[in-house]
Amino acid sequence: MRYLLIALLCLLPRFALAGEAKDIADDPVMEKRMILLAEKVRCLVCQSEAVSTSHSDWSNDVRQIMREKMKAGATDQEILDLLVERFGKSVLFDPPIDEETAPLWVAPFALMLLGGIGLFFKLRKRQTELTTTELSSAEAQRVSALLDDAAESAPSSKKDSQA
Amino acid sequence: MKRFILPLVIFLVLTGFLYKGLSLDPREVPSPLVGKAAPAFVLPLLHEPEKTFSPKDMAGKVWLLNVWASWCGACKDEHPVLMALSQQNLVPIVGLDYKDKREDGEATLRKAGDPYSLTIADADGKVGFDYGVYGVPETYVIDKQGMIAYKLIGAVTAQNLRDTILPLVAELQAK
Repeated sequence: MRYLLIALLCLLPRFALAGEAKDIADDPVMEKRMILLAEKVRCLVCQSEAVSTSHSDWSNDVRQIMREKMKAGATDQEILDLLVERFGKSVLFDPPIDEETAPLWVAPFALMLLGGIGLFFKLRKRQTELTTTELSSAEAQRVSALLDDAAESAPSSKKDSQA
Repeated sequence: MKRFILPLVIFLVLTGFLYKGLSLDPREVPSPLVGKAAPAFVLPLLHEPEKTFSPKDMAGKVWLLNVWASWCGACKDEHPVLMALSQQNLVPIVGLDYKDKREDGEATLRKAGDPYSLTIADADGKVGFDYGVYGVPETYVIDKQGMIAYKLIGAVTAQNLRDTILPLVAELQAK
């Protein structure tokens, strides 16, 4: 790996001569690494698209800068930090959790918890309402009388009423 | 009646958020550079490439850095506003010709007029990148200590000049 790097470094002056590198890779390994990294970065001028797939001018520039920084030996994290420093955390598709973004991460779970608690109490209240409903003996008699009536007056539906 | 109140409240709150969302521009990302020192650079002037400009040259002054380009449509909209502003002599405007050909940038200023105290050429966009430029035009208000006090994404208009930029400039100049 180290020898590969040294070999790549020896090639560096040639890249410099080649001028601005286009999307076609000078170095397939680095290009792959760059694309992987660019997938994590939001294209600011196209919204909801990653820098890795965007054809916008701005994304081209960002990819070019990634290549240059990688050639200069920067780590992926250093490159992401650099972008965040310039363009804010919203350039990352997966922004870090900190004071500023915490509400966004926590809010859905907090709302779900709140809804769950509400639902729990609502259901419990309904349960107690159901169990406390009792028939007085007069009502019970009336119900059975009505049921008997129905069974006698409609023999065709006997099956249903017995069931 | 009571059972309708909660859904109604939820509906109204949601509608409120959605309505607000209509007028927000998702491209306007708050710049992390506001409140930080303006990145240092040395760039050649557009009209006299043998001379250079650096933000240090403006130390002790409040100034505007206006990023523009000959290929940029919205820059043509803000151009008359900048022309009017430059005639009032309230604040120096430094133009940064972003990713542009020198002759195109010069031709634009010759034709439409030059509102800038001086114009610098950022042919490869490297300085623009350092300033977090992703849409042109963009305008920065930089204070006497060389800190970025404000960043406007999009065209300068008579309205945002009057309501935001000029009051801020006056406040910073008084400091």
